[in-house]
Amino acid sequence: MAIRVQAEDFDVGAEYAAFTAGRTSVGGVAMFVGLVRAIAGGEAVSAMTLEHYPGMTEKQLEAIEDEARRRWPLDDVLVIHRHGRMEPGDRIVMVATASAHRDAAFESCRFLMDWLKTKAPFWKLEATPEGERWVEAKESDDAAAARWAE
Amino acid sequence: MKILYFAWLRSKIGVPTESVDLPAEVSTAGDLVEWLKTRSPRHADALANSKLVKVAVNQEHVPYDHPISSTDEVALFPPVTGG
Repeated sequence: MAIRVQAEDFDVGAEYAAFTAGRTSVGGVAMFVGLVRAIAGGEAVSAMTLEHYPGMTEKQLEAIEDEARRRWPLDDVLVIHRHGRMEPGDRIVMVATASAHRDAAFESCRFLMDWLKTKAPFWKLEATPEGERWVEAKESDDAAAARWAE
Repeated sequence: MKILYFAWLRSKIGVPTESVDLPAEVSTAGDLVEWLKTRSPRHADALANSKLVKVAVNQEHVPYDHPISSTDEVALFPPVTGG
C-alpha cells in the first residue's frame, strides 16, 4: 500500500518495477498516468500549479484506497500525486492497481481516479497568455464519480 | 477556531488562514459561511456563491448542516480539480 503526495516527478518504469517486484499472485496490473495538457478550454497553457491541503490530501487518498480495497480483491494499490509547478507533458498523477484478474485491476484503477478527482483536495492554477486562471470543476467529473455509487 | 482557505478563496479573501472567535449562534458549517461573509467585503465577495464554497471539518468533507465547534480545524475551498 502506498499513497505519495510529492513535488518531485516520478519514474513510471521504476514505480512499476517496484510495484510488481517479488509478486507471483498478481495476474494483472492496471496503470493510469495523468499529464499536463498544452491546451485547455481552447487556450494555450504554459504551466500549471497544483495547490493542495497537506494532511487532508493524504487522509482522503488513504480513504479512497481503503474503499477500493473493500470493493475489489486487490494485491496492492499505488497512488502518486504531485503538487507545485508543472509544464505541458509533465506527469501529474499515477494510479496502479494489482490483482489476480484484470477486471478488478481495470475497474479499481478507474474508480480510484474518478473518486480522487472529486474528493482529493487539489486545485489547478493554469498560466495562459491572458494570465493565470483557476481551473473550474467539471460536472462530468461529478458524473464519473457518481457512477460508482453503491 | 482556525480557518484555512485554499485556491481562489484564499486569493480573494487575502489570507491563507485566520483565527476567529465563534459567536454562540454559529453552530454549523453553513452558519459559519454566512457569518464569515459579514467580516469584510472581501469575505462577502469570495463566499457569495455557496455552490462554489465547500467545507471540510477536521480534514473530512462535510455538508453545510454539519455541526462545528471551536476546537475543529475548518477549511473552506472551491470544488476540487486534481487528478
